[in-house]
Amino acid sequence: MTVTENSNNDNNMEKKMQTTKPSSLASVAGNREQRVPGTNLLGTGLETRGVHAWFGTKHVLSDISLDFAAGTVTALIGPSGCGKSTYLRTLNRMHEFIPTAALAGEVLLDGKDIYAPGTDVTKIRLRVGMVFQKPNPFPSMTIGENVLSGLKLAQLKRSNTDELLESCLQRAGLWSEVKDRLGEHGGALSGGQQQRLCIARALAVEPQVLLMDEPCSALDPGSTFRIEQTISELAKSMTIVIVTHNMQQAARVADYTAFFLSDGGPGVMIETAPTSKIFSSPTDKRTEDYVTGRFG
Amino acid sequence: MTMTLIPIVSIVSTVVLKGYKGIHFGMFTNDMTLASVNDPVQAGGLLHALVGTILMVGGALIISFPIGLLTALYLTEIRGKLARPIKFLVQAMSGVPSIVAGLFILSILVIPVTQELTGLMGSLALSILMIPTIARTAEEMLLLIPNELREAGVALGATQWRTVSGVVVPAAKSGLVTAVILGIARIIGETAPILLVSGGADALNFNPMSGPMGSLPFYIWKAFLTGGTEEAYARAWGGMLILLILIVVLFGLARYLSDRRAV
Repeated sequence: MTVTENSNNDNNMEKKMQTTKPSSLASVAGNREQRVPGTNLLGTGLETRGVHAWFGTKHVLSDISLDFAAGTVTALIGPSGCGKSTYLRTLNRMHEFIPTAALAGEVLLDGKDIYAPGTDVTKIRLRVGMVFQKPNPFPSMTIGENVLSGLKLAQLKRSNTDELLESCLQRAGLWSEVKDRLGEHGGALSGGQQQRLCIARALAVEPQVLLMDEPCSALDPGSTFRIEQTISELAKSMTIVIVTHNMQQAARVADYTAFFLSDGGPGVMIETAPTSKIFSSPTDKRTEDYVTGRFG
Repeated sequence: MTMTLIPIVSIVSTVVLKGYKGIHFGMFTNDMTLASVNDPVQAGGLLHALVGTILMVGGALIISFPIGLLTALYLTEIRGKLARPIKFLVQAMSGVPSIVAGLFILSILVIPVTQELTGLMGSLALSILMIPTIARTAEEMLLLIPNELREAGVALGATQWRTVSGVVVPAAKSGLVTAVILGIARIIGETAPILLVSGGADALNFNPMSGPMGSLPFYIWKAFLTGGTEEAYARAWGGMLILLILIVVLFGLARYLSDRRAV
């Protein structure tokens, strides 16, 4: 009996999904208040000029030029293997963490190339924080220690660590859930809470840009909703670049959306525009096919 | 199943059945300076051997742990050009017969330099056996640490060194404790190298820098070789039982700590 009920529900869900696509994505995106780039005092943002990336001899990204205006949220969408995560990792030089990786082009943070010779890579990563696909709190540390771990790791001095701890957890939307258990280990939290803990940890070193690599792909819808709320809050004070497989999510959180695609060769950026435009009237046929669910 | 149990049960039961006769309270408070092979078992004790074993194993640990851990860190974190030859060397070293380790220290340090058999020389010989065990175990434990944690550390603006010391090593802590205990268990029963370089003594000696030092394996060996009496055999089996208990406790501890790692 329950089985039939379930299958009915599934059918209904599917019908709803079919009828609401793609116009719903456009309307969701249209509901967002459009932020005007450059109005926040957050530096002049991040931009890339002709970025190429390789792993060994394999060319994985070709000629990506994109602007991320200060105080905006940009979503990178596209099918698996199109290079969007690789591109994200070029923005804080985490790309170099993979031994065979190589890069060409410029990534400008406040107008300065972060790959310029003599640049201190650890300083760049303090200004451009990152949240990963899988929640990765440090297992040997408590919740509180996790949040403040960046200060210790980067040897930064802060006098008011208690305030910082509270404000980071507040901004990550986790404070009310963990304020009485800051001494517990991070592993005791649920997946969604762990991911918000990782966001709080990234915030503690006060970055001006936050990169998020599919931060919700390992989480349930409830946790995803909480993280999206957090992203909207954070966007008031920082620049956010988020890679996502979930187009609804892109429509909900992003001011701008860039569509990446690979035809087997290196990934290229097909189109970038305000999110509502990408989902309602994309310029490129391939973008339209992707956002309407014809492939990918 | 039974094929593996038979030898284990046989060894343990023999040691327990023969060893319990050699156990008495005085053995933990006396050494063998005043007791001869013909004295009853209650005379004398193995305090000097227990102290010698603890001092020499402790000394070997102080030498081996930093070297073993740094080797493991080189293999897992730095992964430099020398990683392959070093890995090969560590594997080859773990196959070195223990008497060769003793002869090595004897021929490069004791005979040409110190010309004295001491506990320190015993620790050095044991280190040769302990380093590969610690390095290999620590390497495996560090490889278990997911790469996501290293990425998280580096992405927070930490240098590689601070990521390793602040994130990777603390995360592997209980695994590293296991490496230490396996290293101790590897050497605690070694007889040959100790026989060659630390002399072996019947008197209590707390100073590893001077004078020969006793140890449990040496105590057992001597009681068997020079005794020939009922009492000497009882002492030897008693010493074996104590050594066996020590090793079982250490392995149990290692097992317990490595099970707890899934935190």
